Amino acid sequence: MRKLSLFMGLLVVVAMFIGACAAPVAPAAPATEAAEAATEAAAPAGEPFKIALIMPSTTTDYSWSQSIYDGLKAVQTEMGGEGALEIAVSENMFQVADAGNAIRDYATNGYDLVIAHGAQYGNPLFEVAKDFPETSFAWGTTTNTGADQGLANVFAYEPAAQEGGYLNGVAAALLSDKNVIGVVGPVEAGDAKLYINGFVAGVKATEPDTAVNVTYTGQFGDTALAAEAANTQIEAGADVLTGSAQQVVGAIQTAKDKGVYWFGSQSDQAPLATDIVVTSVVYDWTKVIKDMIESHNAGTLGGKVFTMTLNDGGQTMVYNDQSTVPAEKMAEIKTAVEAAAKGIQDGSIVPAK
Amino acid sequence: MFEQLFTVTAIVGIIHSGIRLATPYLFASLGEMFAQRSGVVNLGVEGIMLMGAFSGYYVVLITGNPWLGLLVALIVGALLGLLMAVISVTMQAEQGISGIGLTLFGVGLSSLLFKVLVGSPTGVSGFQPVEIPVLSSIPIIGDLFFDYEIPTYIAFLLVPISLYVLMRTTLGLKIRAVGQNPQAADSLGVSVPRVRYATVIFGGAMAGVAGASLSIGIIDIFQENMTNGMGFIAVALVYFGGWRPLGVLAGALLFSMVNSLQLWAQVLNLPISPDFAVMLPYILTIVVLALTARQIRQPAALTKPYERGD
Repeated sequence: MRKLSLFMGLLVVVAMFIGACAAPVAPAAPATEAAEAATEAAAPAGEPFKIALIMPSTTTDYSWSQSIYDGLKAVQTEMGGEGALEIAVSENMFQVADAGNAIRDYATNGYDLVIAHGAQYGNPLFEVAKDFPETSFAWGTTTNTGADQGLANVFAYEPAAQEGGYLNGVAAALLSDKNVIGVVGPVEAGDAKLYINGFVAGVKATEPDTAVNVTYTGQFGDTALAAEAANTQIEAGADVLTGSAQQVVGAIQTAKDKGVYWFGSQSDQAPLATDIVVTSVVYDWTKVIKDMIESHNAGTLGGKVFTMTLNDGGQTMVYNDQSTVPAEKMAEIKTAVEAAAKGIQDGSIVPAK
Repeated sequence: MFEQLFTVTAIVGIIHSGIRLATPYLFASLGEMFAQRSGVVNLGVEGIMLMGAFSGYYVVLITGNPWLGLLVALIVGALLGLLMAVISVTMQAEQGISGIGLTLFGVGLSSLLFKVLVGSPTGVSGFQPVEIPVLSSIPIIGDLFFDYEIPTYIAFLLVPISLYVLMRTTLGLKIRAVGQNPQAADSLGVSVPRVRYATVIFGGAMAGVAGASLSIGIIDIFQENMTNGMGFIAVALVYFGGWRPLGVLAGALLFSMVNSLQLWAQVLNLPISPDFAVMLPYILTIVVLALTARQIRQPAALTKPYERGD
């Protein structure tokens, strides 16, 4: 029996080690490498700015988590590489308790800005933020910076996802021949809810008679159920689909198999299925991240709320010209979407939240 | 209010989705049922499914051959089953803990391998739905029964085969005897460890195939942690099914049909809150389990390591 408990212990250790290896990603691993590179690359003077990112999914999820990671990488390139901006990432931190530990670890290790990329992380984030008043923290989707708890070092962000949703809705309405559109949603909350409400509003404003059927799977990471939800939508008559959350990878694959068009959200989803992804409304985090860095360097460690809108460049429309949509149809879509975008920007269109 | 559900499209659609959703559960649960009938609870199913899903997917990504992918998933699953057997049968470790360890191992390793070898999700062309000539073109019936990917047919074929092996063969008798009364089986010359190794390895192989039935059968893509707890539901379905193949079939179908029903209820805009709808499969399964629990007798030696007395 002794031999056995030793073996069991070993197995658990190995399992945890592999789990731990899997958690921080390959491209982000340079947590330590970056520090070394920083001392070598003497280009920007002084210490690099250090950002830690805790995400519920992965940097390659084609949605929520990937969008901010891509933004961070873009800012890093713009600032001059790892010598100027150091990035550490913890993936698959859907469990709040795990995320709480990671937040504290990063704060302890001297990161300037710790981003907890999920609405579920509020409690541990506020707790740690109290203990590290010199560190900036950020989280979303929310508008709560913890000011009522006396915190001055927390940023909050909330994408105005209804705006991008509206644009996709306008485009989807023009493309649907059967006038039935399906939505594969995760949980009726947060930016997914805003996106879907905006999408429905966009469809109805363009083609009032088109039906939009919405399915929620109750999960963010249930690839199989999302795929089946897409199947259900198609069998019920939908010829255009959209959705939100990382599990849509399954739904997009189903749409691809069935030859049904897809409208992407959060990240550019065209690489998943070039033929059928028509447009993607993408969260562009670069401005938010740069604002937070500037604010931190100027001595304001938190207290600001960022809404990412079409106006401030927090959301952009990415067209996929390689889809099988005929060119003249695509031109029609672009014209309509740009008109709608202008309307949202000048305030003449206010998409329902 | 609910009349939209009673159209041919909706009814065919619900059954269609339900059968597809049941596929991975059938593989994993039937395999686990054999392990449990011989006295071993393997809670590593979730991890093995992910490893099967990844290895099958990776092989198809490289070779384009779904049959080879299925075979590799089966072998990888069997090897992980062997690992579980070594830990729980030979070393007599506490089965619950070793199974959880195996799940952690599988979740972590499949994510790590995916990251290193593939990077980001890319679709593959796995098994395509089989159109059986003539049969597939019969209205309604054709849609209902003859329009699935190969793994789905295999999963359902596995039910009568399991029933036959477990109830009508000497091997099945040995498995049941080892799970019910290992001392007696041993005294009659049945090797308890050998039988348990066989069932746990078979269970692992089926869990591997279950994962592949998703990644190269039904969805044709791999995503980290894509089974999202299915492995644990598969273990629960074995209890639900009372350790009998037909019971497991009933449990898998009930859970999956209610799941597809709730998807359809949402698509048809029935006045049900989506939050409630997604809970339905779980609620109903628990209710049925509570109502039938009295009649279920689990294998007497379940979770008990067997040590030969001198």
